Amino acid sequence: MLELKHIKKCYHPGTVNEIRLFEDFSLTVREGEFVTVVGSNGSGKTSLLNMICGSIDIDGGEILANGRDLARQKDFYRHRKIGRVFQDPQKGTCPSMTILENMSMADRKNKGYGLGRGTDKRKQEPYRRMLRELNLGLEDKLHIQVGALSGGQRQALALLMATMTPIEFLILDEHTAALDPKTADLVMELTERLVKEKRVTTIMVTHNLKYAVEYGTRLLMMHQGQVILDKEGKEKAAVKAGELLSAFHGISMEGNGHLMYSVTS
Amino acid sequence: MTLLLSVLEQGMIYAVMALGVYITYKILDFPDLTVDGSFPMGAAITAVLISKDANPLLALLISGLAGAAAGCLTGLIHVKLKVRDLLSGIIMMTALYTVNLRIAGKANLPIYNKDTMFDNGLIRGLIPDQLYPYRTAVILLAVMLAAKYLLDWYMNTSSGYLLRAVGDNDTLLTSLGVNKGLVKIAGLSIANALVALSGSLFAQQQRYFDASMGTGTMVVGLASVIIGISLFQKRSFLRVTSRVAAGAVLYKACVAIAIRYMKSVDLKLVTASLFLVILVLGRERKRKVKECA
Repeated sequence: MLELKHIKKCYHPGTVNEIRLFEDFSLTVREGEFVTVVGSNGSGKTSLLNMICGSIDIDGGEILANGRDLARQKDFYRHRKIGRVFQDPQKGTCPSMTILENMSMADRKNKGYGLGRGTDKRKQEPYRRMLRELNLGLEDKLHIQVGALSGGQRQALALLMATMTPIEFLILDEHTAALDPKTADLVMELTERLVKEKRVTTIMVTHNLKYAVEYGTRLLMMHQGQVILDKEGKEKAAVKAGELLSAFHGISMEGNGHLMYSVTS
Repeated sequence: MTLLLSVLEQGMIYAVMALGVYITYKILDFPDLTVDGSFPMGAAITAVLISKDANPLLALLISGLAGAAAGCLTGLIHVKLKVRDLLSGIIMMTALYTVNLRIAGKANLPIYNKDTMFDNGLIRGLIPDQLYPYRTAVILLAVMLAAKYLLDWYMNTSSGYLLRAVGDNDTLLTSLGVNKGLVKIAGLSIANALVALSGSLFAQQQRYFDASMGTGTMVVGLASVIIGISLFQKRSFLRVTSRVAAGAVLYKACVAIAIRYMKSVDLKLVTASLFLVILVLGRERKRKVKECA
């Protein structure tokens, strides 16, 4: 369970550009939930993820992960229980290393990085099997540098790597936004499968309203640092992308064209 | 023949240093100027220890450890005090100049008539007279290969993987729950250990320490790395560490040839000009590769 309590976050305090994004923000994500988060630019979606992961500090309040206080932990320390995939496919993998080396590295997470051999020959077959399930032809490319792969292939690999070891939370930060529509669909299907398989509590930020509606067990819409729509279960299942879009028109004039595109794609 | 041998010897000494520069420049993506201070530091420590009749191998080891400490400090300045990479190196390089003078006690410390790794009772007894001139080259080859294979081995361990990843994508390290600052500090330590080791070899082969001998170490190291990487691109069966080492020898040969037609005071100018040529040629090749692709 992930609890954010009375979070305060202010950007550029004391200047003319001061933005008080979160004044008293609270959110509870229960174990096993798959939360999709939508909202206009500047609504605080990405800030929310960054605060959970420790990429930015909070000015007040507390963040509890299964009762542990995260707010005082360093970012890398928090990530031992968190898997994260970014919008930029380059951030989740290491381009100058091979697929095998990347997966081996991800596999060692929380097991310590000592002076043993970096890759375990016996693991090659399991890795190949995992790659085959992606249906991207990566199973024959174990020894190819990741930098030579396409964005979609890299993102699928990043997702695989983020979920290879046991984690409590999976954080997806617009992880399909940089992909073409077909690849994005593929990566979303993979996401759904991995989340179900690992039963990991997931928060996914997206600009694609279709994905927000189709996937996940709970839907949040954010605006100016507040949750303005929160549906789960049957209520969420009843939400249509079109309704969501109208809700958007109601709150924001910004980026509507982009949103229309997302729905029609 | 003597010239060839001396080029080979010096080239192999610098090859060890170039391996260190390869770690910082190519792997960590960190332009580390500490090397201009840690190279003479290795020499200073070695000259002092050898002038006090210490075991030459012990001098080599202590030099390496001191280099690691210097690299660690540069890393701490960069990671903990959040000083920019280039500036951290410059600060350490400047500070080490004084440290080196303090270690040696004076700006110039010769160590003639003392036992070194290349000239001691054991070697004089073991090696027959005809082969005696080649002993330094052979010993240096052994040391250089040991450094190279040790580095190759490390790069293929789990810990080495992190080092390779941190220069490429440090966000990934955070995602893996690893403190990327520590990995950077470790990389700088290993790199400067190699550089100081090279300084120790230099002092033992040339039999002196000079406070200004470190100037331009970075340039020699970078030139070697760039030659190694761009010139031997097609020889991909050679590991990159081997290519860097070969680059150092080749670069030293180029300098030796150039300096034959000039005075020794021109050395640094030749060094810098050659480096510029290599930089530009290296880029030229890269562009061609891109066009082909």
